[in-house]
Amino acid sequence: MQKFNKLKSIPAYLPIVNIDTDMIIPKQFLKTIKRTGLGKNLFFEMRYDDNGSEINDFILNQNPFNKSKILIAGKNFGCGSSREHAPWALLDFGITCVISSSFADIFYNNCFKNGILPIILNDEKIKELSEYAKRKEEISIDLKEEKIIYGNSEVNFKIDSFKKKCLIEGLDDIALSLKKSDKIQTFENNLKASKPWIFND
Amino acid sequence: MPNTLYDKIWNDHLVDQQDDGTALLFVDRHLVHEVTSPQAFEGLRNSNRKVRHPKLTLAVADHNVPTTDRSKGISDQESKIQVDTLESNCKEFGIQLFGMGDKRQGIVHIIGPEQGFTQPGTVIVCGDSHTATHGAFGSLAFGIGTSEVEHVLATQTLVQKKAKNFRVNVDGKLPLGVTSKDVILQIIGKIGTAGGTGCVIEYAGDLIRSLSVEQRMTICNMTIEGGARAGLIAPDEKIFKYLENKPMSPKGEAWNKAKEYWKNLRTDEGAKFDKEINLKAEEILPMITWGTSPQDVITIDGKVPNPLNEKDVDRKNSLERSLNYMGLKPNMAAKDIKIDKVFIGSCTNGRIEDLREAAKILKNKKIASHVHAMVVPGSGLVKEQAEQEGLDKIFLSSGFEWREPGCSMCLAMNADKLKPQERCASTSNRNFEGRQGRGGRTHLVSPGMAAAAAISGNLDDVRKYQN
Ligand code: SF4
Repeated sequence: MQKFNKLKSIPAYLPIVNIDTDMIIPKQFLKTIKRTGLGKNLFFEMRYDDNGSEINDFILNQNPFNKSKILIAGKNFGCGSSREHAPWALLDFGITCVISSSFADIFYNNCFKNGILPIILNDEKIKELSEYAKRKEEISIDLKEEKIIYGNSEVNFKIDSFKKKCLIEGLDDIALSLKKSDKIQTFENNLKASKPWIFND
Repeated sequence: MPNTLYDKIWNDHLVDQQDDGTALLFVDRHLVHEVTSPQAFEGLRNSNRKVRHPKLTLAVADHNVPTTDRSKGISDQESKIQVDTLESNCKEFGIQLFGMGDKRQGIVHIIGPEQGFTQPGTVIVCGDSHTATHGAFGSLAFGIGTSEVEHVLATQTLVQKKAKNFRVNVDGKLPLGVTSKDVILQIIGKIGTAGGTGCVIEYAGDLIRSLSVEQRMTICNMTIEGGARAGLIAPDEKIFKYLENKPMSPKGEAWNKAKEYWKNLRTDEGAKFDKEINLKAEEILPMITWGTSPQDVITIDGKVPNPLNEKDVDRKNSLERSLNYMGLKPNMAAKDIKIDKVFIGSCTNGRIEDLREAAKILKNKKIASHVHAMVVPGSGLVKEQAEQEGLDKIFLSSGFEWREPGCSMCLAMNADKLKPQERCASTSNRNFEGRQGRGGRTHLVSPGMAAAAAISGNLDDVRKYQN
C-alpha cells in the first residue's frame, strides 16, 4: 500500500449530500477482476453524457480540479453498497483524501485499506475549505500532525491512532494480523471445545 | 454488568484487543460472491497465502447471473469472466461453491439461512453490505470491503472497533396489509440514512417478536440503509425451529448443545444502550419511497414533498435533485404515480413468504396492460417451493414473468434493467440514482404493494386488494 504522508493540492468541492457508492462507481464497472483502471469511470453518470462525452459542468472535468488529490463533499459520503471499487476508483483518479462532515462506515474503513485518508470536519470548517476550492487555491494535509493548513489558518482533525500508523507506514493489515497467529490458534482450540458445531465437525 | 446481545457476541469473539480498542474478531462464517472477491483471491495468490478455513466459507454466484434460460451460459463477456473466476478460485482454494447450475444457487443472503450456514451467536461477514440480513438469527453479521475479504480468507479474523448500541423497539400489532418492509422503511424514514452510523441496531419489542423468521430478515436486511453496521434480533424458538434439520445446521448432540447456547443470546435486563427509539406498530401504514434515498418515504395516502417547505438548504437542494431525477412534481399524490415496471425479488423480499404475499393479491387478477412485471425468486429452492405451491401459475396468469434466481434488477448487473426514465415499483432495498439502470426510477415497496401497483398500473394501496 502507498504510504500517506503530506499532501498538497487544490481541492475539488462536490456539495452533494449522501453521495453513495453507486454514484462513485456504477455497477457496470464492478465486473472487473482488477483493482486498477477504474479512475476514468469515477462518478460516471455525473461525468459523462449519454454519448460518452464529458459534461463540462461537472467539477472533476474542469481544470485544475481534474488533477485534484483532495475531494470535499457533503455529509454521509460513501453510503450504500460495500464495494471497494469506490475507493479504488477515487485512488485511480488520483484522489487520496476525502473531506466530509460524515462518512458511511464501510466506505470509511475501505479508504484506509487503500491509502486514502478520510477526514471528518464540522460543516463550518468545510464551508471555509470549500472557499479555497472555489478560488482554486491549494490546501495542505499533514497526517502526522493531524492538521489541515489553508492560507494562514489551520484546523486539526482526529484519526484513530492505529489507522494513522498503518497509513503513514503503508502497513499491510494481513501481515500484522498473521503475527498474531498464536492467538488465533488458541482461540480456535478453545472454540472447538466450547462450540464444536462451529467447525461442522 | 448487564450486557447487550451485541456486547455478548462481541466479547465471545475477541481474539485480541489493543489498548486503543482495535480488536481482532474471530469470524465463524464467511460468505463469498463473484463481484467482491476476485481481487481478494488475487491478493492471496500474490502473497502465497492460503484460505485458513475453507469449511467456514461458502461461495455463490448471484449478482451477474442471467435470470432467463441458462442453458447457453452467460452472454455478457465480463459477467462470464467474473463468474468463471469465482469458480476457478473456489476450486483452487477448496471452497464450496453453489454454481449457476446448482439447485441451491441463489442470492447470497438467502442461501445462507436456507442452508443453515447462518447460525445464532456467530460472526458472519460477506463482501456485501446486505450481510446485515443474517442478524435476524441473532448473529453479528455485517458487510466488508474486498481487502477485508482477503483478510478474513487468510486469517479467519477481522480488525474491528466496537460500535455503539442502538435499540429500536416496535410494540403493538400491525394493521392489515402492513408488513415488515413497511416497518423498516418507516424506521429509516425516522432515523435517516445516517441515523445508525457507528451503531449496531438491536430490534426489540413485541411486534418484532411476533414476526416470522423471514419477516425479521427483511428488517435486518435494510438496517444498512439506516447507516448502521449491523442489525440484530434475539433468537427464539421460531429461529431454532427454522434451523432444525437444515443441511448445514448442527445435528444430534451438537444440535442440543448449540441450542442450549443460543437460548442465552439476549440482552440482559438493564443493559445500557447509547441510543433508543420507540415505534408503535399500529401507526405504521403501507409505505413507498418517492425519492432517490431510502429515507425518502411517505405513506401510500401521502403526497410527494415540496422543497419550498424546507428550511435546511442542503435538504432543499437534495429534495429538488431527487424530484427532478424521479420526474415528480411537488405535492403530487403517491397514488397518482404511474409505473412501467414491477420487480419482485432481491435479498430483501425474494423469499417464499414474500412470494406468497404478492400471489395472494394477484390471485384471479390481471396486471395493467402497460406494465411489465417480473418475479425473480431469491434462490433455486425458493423457486422450487413456490412452484410446488402453484404460485408460479398465479404470477404467470396475472401477466408476470417467472424467472431464474439471482440479484437481477435489484442492481441491474445482468441483463435485467430499467431504461432511462422508466419507473419501477420494486421490492428491493435501494432507490439510488441509476441503481436499476441508468436514468431508471425506483419506488421501494413491500411485495403486496408491488402486486397492487402491477394491477393498478400506478402506485396503489394494497389494502384495496386484500382478498
Ligand atoms: S439482491 Fe440486491 S441487495 Fe441483495 S445481494 Fe443482490 S444486489 Fe445486493
